[in-house]
Amino acid sequence: MKKQLNVSAIKQGTVIDHIPTTALFKVISILKLDECKDMVTFGNNLDSNVMEGKAIIKVENRFFKDKEINKIALVAPHAKLNTIKDYEVVEKYVVEIPDEIQDIARCFNPKCITNNENIDTHFEVISKSPVALKCHYCEKITHQDQMDIK
Amino acid sequence: MNAQNLISITDFSKEEYMRIMELAADFEANPDQRLLDGKVVATLFFEPSTRTRLSFETAINRLGGEIIGFTDSSSSSVTKGESLHDTIKMVSNYADLIVMRHPLEGSARYASEVSDVPVINAGDGANQHPTQTLLDMYSIVKTQETLDNINLFMVGDLKYGRTVHSLLMAMSHFDNPIFNFIAPPELTMPNEYKMYLQSKGLRYFEHTEFTDIISEADIIYMTRVQKERFPDPVDYEKVKNVYILRNKMLKHTKDNLRILHPLPRVNEIHTDVDSNPKAYYFEQARNGVYTRMAIIAHLLNLK
Ligand SMILES: [Zn+2]
Repeated sequence: MKKQLNVSAIKQGTVIDHIPTTALFKVISILKLDECKDMVTFGNNLDSNVMEGKAIIKVENRFFKDKEINKIALVAPHAKLNTIKDYEVVEKYVVEIPDEIQDIARCFNPKCITNNENIDTHFEVISKSPVALKCHYCEKITHQDQMDIK
Repeated sequence: MNAQNLISITDFSKEEYMRIMELAADFEANPDQRLLDGKVVATLFFEPSTRTRLSFETAINRLGGEIIGFTDSSSSSVTKGESLHDTIKMVSNYADLIVMRHPLEGSARYASEVSDVPVINAGDGANQHPTQTLLDMYSIVKTQETLDNINLFMVGDLKYGRTVHSLLMAMSHFDNPIFNFIAPPELTMPNEYKMYLQSKGLRYFEHTEFTDIISEADIIYMTRVQKERFPDPVDYEKVKNVYILRNKMLKHTKDNLRILHPLPRVNEIHTDVDSNPKAYYFEQARNGVYTRMAIIAHLLNLK
């Protein structure tokens, strides 16, 4: 079987590429693709020159706004977006970690109000590589290795 | 930044620190200014803190304000499972200002986003306690006549002590502070604060021994070394008597030196220091009332 048959081509929509295999389901959940009515196909552990193994997601008829897609940068910092129209890539975009993050990650501090009341988290990104998030509420810093995506 | 709340010491600019210092001095000189006449202040103590509550309530009473609230959440609807959101929403209908203390970190910031009236953080867990820092600064300016060129020694638990961290941040806004940190190796000043000072080009020195190096000090800020902070009790036993200030240690110190402590103390300042004119911790507590009057007047634009 040929490799490219693993994930079929789409007519129009978005292909998200270079997702670490461990982050695939987190990306699906952050973008709420599990609730998406359009056709979503994904493949995991595909060969990649860049990473050990990578995952790819194709979403038919969906085009993401920059802001919306940057949310996934927390779990897939090297993800690439290809906008497809008529089976052709018309635009490429590499995700970027935003300066502020709302309600994606949890604060690592168990005594933080966000872990005890039903409220959205809110972080200032104080370092992008490795990622470090400063909680707007408790002011503690959550480092990449402590990060838990909601 | 929301100018009408005081949640974190970094919410205030240098100009605002100076304004609070001026107002506190004014209230100390003329304590009977009934600027809160006809106003209601809610003091919401979701965990008990008698010392802080009495200081705030004295400040509110002196300003002529009415007080509503609770002293401990076990006696309020909070125990019935009401969310912080709902409690703050309800209270902000009744009061002109909310003073709150809460065991969870970030609770005061969240309350300030929910509330329609200004919020003063009177302590949110181990996070912030900005009115303590402002009263510490008022104590420094009162005894040293300036906040510039202060040689500040911080002693004891510098790792977990939120009061020393906030004071460091606040004093870094003034000219040429020198910071001296004296702590056991287990409880040294966290790197993030040292890096912050470096980034501002400010000088600091670290010591593990509490000796005659204090002869250069203008201010010694003492904190308690708590047993619970040591994973191994043996380590605590080794240091428990090392970071105690005794009167004989003050012999060769500067005349203008004053000793501060956020209180309550346990044994880290020997009682033989109390009668030394350099002991300032009880006056420091009294300064808290004037400082809190100043903060309230500033946030409500009463002066
Ligand atoms: Zn937090």
